[in-house]
Amino acid sequence: MIERHFVPKAECPYTKNDFQSDQMVKWCPGCGDHAILSAMLNTFPKTGHKKENILMVSGIGCSSRIPYYVDTYGFHSIHGRACAIATGAKLANPALSVWVNMGDGDSMAIGGNHLIHAVRRNQDLNITIFNNEIYGLTKGQYSPTTKFGQITKTSPFGTIDYPFNPGELVMGAQGTFYARTLDCVPALTTDVMTRSAMHDGTSVVEVLQNCVIFNDKAHAAITDRAVRDDRTIVLEHGKPMIFGKDKNKGLRFNGRCLEAVTIGENGVTLEDIMVHDETTEDTGIHMMLARMSGDLPVALGVIRNVKKISYTQLYEEQMDECKANGKYKCVDDLLNSGDTWEV
Amino acid sequence: MADQIIKKDDIVVRFAGDSGDGMQLSGTLFSDASALTGNDIATFPDYPAEIRAPHNTIAGVSGYQVHVGNHIYSSGDKCDILVAMNPASFKSNLKWAKKGAVVIVDIDTFTEEAMKKAGYESDPFTDEMEREYAIVKAPITSFTEKIGKEQGADKKVYDKCRNMFALGIIFYMTHKTLEQTFAYLERKFAKKPDVVKLNKAVLSEGYEYADKVELIHSHIIEAAPAVMPKGRYRNITGNVATAWGLLAAAERSGRRLFLGSYPITPATDVMVELAKHKALGARVFQAEDEIAGICSAIGASYAGALACTSTSGPGLSLKSEALGLAVMVELPLVVVDVQRGGPSTGLPTKTEQSDLNQALYGRNGEAPLIVVAASSSANCFYWAYNAAKLALEHMTPVILLTDGYLGNGSQLFRIPKVADLPSITPRLATPNDPNYRPFRRDPETFAREWALPGMEGLRHRVGGLEKCPDGPLSTDPENHALMCKNRQEKVNRVANYIPDQEVTGNPDADLLVVGWGGTSGALTLAVEEMNNEGKKVAYTHFNYICPLPKNTGDILRKYKKIVVCELNNGQFAGYLRTQFPECPMKQYNKIMGLPFEVGELKDCFTKILGE
Repeated sequence: MIERHFVPKAECPYTKNDFQSDQMVKWCPGCGDHAILSAMLNTFPKTGHKKENILMVSGIGCSSRIPYYVDTYGFHSIHGRACAIATGAKLANPALSVWVNMGDGDSMAIGGNHLIHAVRRNQDLNITIFNNEIYGLTKGQYSPTTKFGQITKTSPFGTIDYPFNPGELVMGAQGTFYARTLDCVPALTTDVMTRSAMHDGTSVVEVLQNCVIFNDKAHAAITDRAVRDDRTIVLEHGKPMIFGKDKNKGLRFNGRCLEAVTIGENGVTLEDIMVHDETTEDTGIHMMLARMSGDLPVALGVIRNVKKISYTQLYEEQMDECKANGKYKCVDDLLNSGDTWEV
Repeated sequence: MADQIIKKDDIVVRFAGDSGDGMQLSGTLFSDASALTGNDIATFPDYPAEIRAPHNTIAGVSGYQVHVGNHIYSSGDKCDILVAMNPASFKSNLKWAKKGAVVIVDIDTFTEEAMKKAGYESDPFTDEMEREYAIVKAPITSFTEKIGKEQGADKKVYDKCRNMFALGIIFYMTHKTLEQTFAYLERKFAKKPDVVKLNKAVLSEGYEYADKVELIHSHIIEAAPAVMPKGRYRNITGNVATAWGLLAAAERSGRRLFLGSYPITPATDVMVELAKHKALGARVFQAEDEIAGICSAIGASYAGALACTSTSGPGLSLKSEALGLAVMVELPLVVVDVQRGGPSTGLPTKTEQSDLNQALYGRNGEAPLIVVAASSSANCFYWAYNAAKLALEHMTPVILLTDGYLGNGSQLFRIPKVADLPSITPRLATPNDPNYRPFRRDPETFAREWALPGMEGLRHRVGGLEKCPDGPLSTDPENHALMCKNRQEKVNRVANYIPDQEVTGNPDADLLVVGWGGTSGALTLAVEEMNNEGKKVAYTHFNYICPLPKNTGDILRKYKKIVVCELNNGQFAGYLRTQFPECPMKQYNKIMGLPFEVGELKDCFTKILGE
């Protein structure tokens, strides 16, 4: 099957300004959402898609206000249902470039069912999850990604909920594209978002985002400038998995699991370091990469990007085939089909 | 063939057996053959929620009632002929037989074990029973087995043909021939000539068996051919008619048809039917749940489709929040609710009209929308079409209420030409219109314009938060009051575009019978029979529920006595009372998962007339 592209391209190139709406941005000062918005505004011109054909769909939560701040078509819907609404819009008009924006509670608690099924279906949707590990708009209750034991308004003695790892969830649902980025690294965010838009199928970009009011520094252990290079790794397809301030650390597969090693120590050479292959169909290594934390650096960049014919394409092919071979050309044909008689 | 044939206006035949005995098929084949030979028909499948409940138990009994003849409004109260394929179906269905009815039982199945399972402790055929009914004890199983063995068929295969033997008897008894059914079998099993041969042989054997039974000879009844308006006809179920009505509306309005749904009894067949018609452009999406069903439809509507979702009671509950969103964003949407017995899971395969309150009020906030109801299996086509027209022209969600009785039941349908249906003009915005505002309204209808993603120069945002008419968010108190008023006014003004409510029966009567939705068959017949008997009764039946036709109050105020009849505990009566508190209304309610019977309605009306 030949890969088809349904979204029309713009006639002349856009700039970031072309996508800025006239609405006042009402997020808290210092909120990570500002940076994500900016990265996204930088993304649209890079996709080359016609502005009129871009549709931003969101659910409910702080992050879900984003459609108001982007000058495209937009739908700020109801809690948890953004994926379902986006699915219908894309099915009704495959020429739309459909973006789904959700927070962690929106996407994985109330909307968890819709998220896994959207991912499983592999319809051509671009999903961004703003993960701040807290319910911000309702002022600080624990979410499905809040760290175990964390004290929040609804867990005054510490949560006893084991959190979701969005990457694992996506891969468990047979996701074909998963990337992770940080709100404080907008260039990387724009880069993975652009790649997600180019991916034919459902793509999920998880942005680790800081809620400055209700969960400040939730990701500080990896995002602080002083530790970021040692506690994160930006994966690049076809390149060795190297990280660290001095670019001398790497990831090695010891036959059982991944381990962080230092090149030049204990006989480790560059040859021992794994090379990232985002395209392997088996989720094994991608799952391990998505799970990394603690002693292992948190993986950023495009972790998984697998080719699989999208639902969008399969649907359109089936429609075309049925139209070409269908017995009925119009509803009158159908009404008069089968056993009928004249009185 | 017998020399004496009793001619009747109509005949009711009820097929009852174990689930899996093929009763639904026998009923369908009999109704199809009757329709093709000139009868009017109405059918009523009455089946259990379990696919195969334990063999030979009352729980597993599946029934299918067919009413054929001239002037058929409903599937009939009680039957003239009952087929009972086992003791359990005999026990549970004898109450549906008229006194003097012919009851055909498969006597081979009346084993000690099966009778015990059905709850019989002694001989089920009492002398009294034999006096009241003409009971034909037919050895259906052994005859079928004999033919099966002659043809070298498997027991599994010939056991499934017992229904054909029974059907053969029924065709003989109703003075019909077997050609139509032969043709059906040849079509259906075109690739299995052995199966065709076996079924035809069993069917013929049943027919010949009947010819030899004296008791049957004196009971041959022929239903009158129907006198119907000229035209081309077909048989159709309510759910298929609904699906086709939506297809016709999409074609006529030039919009893509989108259906986002989740399987639920008894609404599933709407989705099953539309899923077949990709060639006609039907975009069907089987969602992960009821919520995704309606939400995908709302997304599709935003993107420009004639968007629909189909469901039943509990599913409508799940869709409530999203329905509120559709009201708020003022997008066209058709929600088909094939009502069933509630609350909760309730009686999934039985009929009821108890979702009315949910349809009218089941949302948070002031969330008005249009509610319409179909009143026959065949007119589900027109009400689905009409629901789509109202949604597209008035930019609002519309709930179409049908029910299990209409949805699964079938009726004759006079085939229209799509070009003759009323035109549908969606309220599409004009690309690059510099004055476009998301909530700018038509001064007459108060409907907003529909700007579709992809259209140049009309980029805008919608959502569940309150907006001001120009589009941006607003929490301004006056604006909220205005927007609430406008959304209500838009629905109210639909009354300017719908026909007046009509009164049938004897309009000068003292008593007005009020009905709505799927009960019109039994109500029409009850009122007609009362008037024929010299008792004056007027009748009005509502299809437009919200808003009501403008002359509703004028009609209600004219009558001394009003009785509102519905299959719930009085939801429509309550709704009418809030709008017309000056009109005292009596109620006749039934909440048994069953349609009205003409007899019970007449008893009720007679009693009220005597008060």
